[in-house]
Amino acid sequence: MIGFRTLFYKEVLRFRKVLTQTVAAPVLTSLLYLLVFSYLLEGRMRVYDEVAYSAFLVPGLVMMSMLQNAFANSSSSLIQSKITGNIVFVLLPPLTYWEFFAGYVLAAVVRGAAVGLGVLAAAWIFVDLPLRHPAWILGFAFAASALLGALGLIAGVAADKIDQVAAFQNFLIMPMTFLSGVFYSIHSLPPFWQDVSHLNPFFSMIDGLRVGFFGRSDVSPLASMGVAFASLGIVSGIALAMLKSGYKLRF
Amino acid sequence: MVAAIEVRGISKRFGTLQALEDVSLEIGQGEFFALLGPNGAGKTTLISILAGLARADRGQARVMGYDIRADYRQARRALGVVPQELVFDPFFTVRETLRIQSGYFGMRGNEAWIEEIMEALDLGSKANVNMRLLSGGMKRRVLVAQALVHKPPVIVLDEPTAGVDVELRQALWEFIRRLNGDGHTVVLTTHYLEEAEALCGRIAMLKLGRVVALDTRANLVRKPHSLNLRLRLSGRLPAELAARDHGRGGGEHLLRLREYAEVEPTLTALRSAGCVIEDMELEQPDLEDVFLEIMRRPEAAVAGAA
Ligand SMILES: Nc1ncnc2c1ncn2[C@@H]1O[C@H](COP(=O)(O)OP(=O)(O)OP(=O)(O)O)[C@@H](O)[C@H]1O
Ligand SMILES: [Mg+2]
Repeated sequence: MIGFRTLFYKEVLRFRKVLTQTVAAPVLTSLLYLLVFSYLLEGRMRVYDEVAYSAFLVPGLVMMSMLQNAFANSSSSLIQSKITGNIVFVLLPPLTYWEFFAGYVLAAVVRGAAVGLGVLAAAWIFVDLPLRHPAWILGFAFAASALLGALGLIAGVAADKIDQVAAFQNFLIMPMTFLSGVFYSIHSLPPFWQDVSHLNPFFSMIDGLRVGFFGRSDVSPLASMGVAFASLGIVSGIALAMLKSGYKLRF
Repeated sequence: MVAAIEVRGISKRFGTLQALEDVSLEIGQGEFFALLGPNGAGKTTLISILAGLARADRGQARVMGYDIRADYRQARRALGVVPQELVFDPFFTVRETLRIQSGYFGMRGNEAWIEEIMEALDLGSKANVNMRLLSGGMKRRVLVAQALVHKPPVIVLDEPTAGVDVELRQALWEFIRRLNGDGHTVVLTTHYLEEAEALCGRIAMLKLGRVVALDTRANLVRKPHSLNLRLRLSGRLPAELAARDHGRGGGEHLLRLREYAEVEPTLTALRSAGCVIEDMELEQPDLEDVFLEIMRRPEAAVAGAA
């Protein structure tokens, strides 16, 4: 237990030491998206009849920044430790693979939450946003950050080079995020692409997060929560199996 | 009393390279043990297997009686490893590094001991300095401190003195010797054979992944021959002695004798051949002589010795 708490503390301390890069920068990026897109599209698009486009955009941006930063936290920490060799400091101690998993993933959740809160706080300055069901927000924020933290752990463990982590991010995480309805309601898509979007767990999480703010969504929030936690379960299972076998860590 | 380290029939292959082949050895509690061998002999691989960083293809190993796979948590708690590579985490200060390492081993309230090892390794003034800013030797000291932070009964140091200045080397050995005196088992690899000779009670030599020698330092140094007779002569060495000359040439001769009783007849032979001795030295062969001799043996002899 102390082993896990220490690893968690170390991972949080690690990103806290470079907050401008790990929190401030992604908040600024999201804010730029918000200002540019809402300026361009405000008035041309209304979602759920009564929600302004700029308000609609905020939960998507919050979710997108949480996804990316949770992934970045665990993946970059692991790949850097592997490349510099200081990964031995966590391999020599008697940490169990559960402690290892929980330490990296929960720190990623904290980073995701910090960035998500930052984006939300900054957006609130410009946009009038309701807050209907905070419990859904917390639930989806946790599931999403944990899922991406676990994916980041898999990428960080499996990769041998930083470019491989970047490829994972650019060719999997980014497309899935952009195609999940960050910038649009999937009801504006043709039926085929609506069906495809329903299979994307990132869509479920963004759609679920919107319930927390607007009380409305494309899909039932319970179904979305089911998808989110099922994905988290599967990805965590893969990550734990990798850690247990020592894959790429213990040669 | 259970052995500090017990290795039985460990083999490890990397692709086509047999890094370790059927290695067995036992190191008792409280020993100061040296693991020697040329580059690529498999020393680091063996240490990595003991520490759980690598996995053996065959064989078993125990640390303080704990199986490194089945009881890995106890085995790792019993072991402190100073890695060969100079690794560090650039995000943290020296004190943070040590506190974190201590926490990984499940220890809390370890401040007093952390201060003590920083003091002993002369790291006190660097406690709040970021690891990135330390010199190589300082980073090496932190690695040693990290290995000791959980007070392991068994300490393994993989070339701890590579790239370290004379002063630190002395201080480091004094500290390690003190730990050994307090009952810690110490295993060390080094390419400075005088270090091993001065410190270690028992020595294993590895070559191409096999144990080719395993004995006390005293026995190893005694074994092949017991005396070196170094000579500088005017005149040629008589034929019967020239055949046994191991000198480097240039008028320098080295004769290996089994016992002091051989000195007299050798000198007599020189005198009757009309040689004049310009310089003469009689010395005990050192570990380096033995090491080179063992490493030069042909493969067949090596396999036989193991
Ligand atoms: N991860 C690895 N993958 C492939 N080969 C490896 C790996 N680690 C070690 N080897 C090879 O195994 C052999 C033994 O290496 P090892 O590092 O154990 O030697 P060593 O005795 O510690 O040498 P040195 O004195 O140079 O540190 C070497 O030939 C090395 O190239
Ligand atoms: Mg080595």
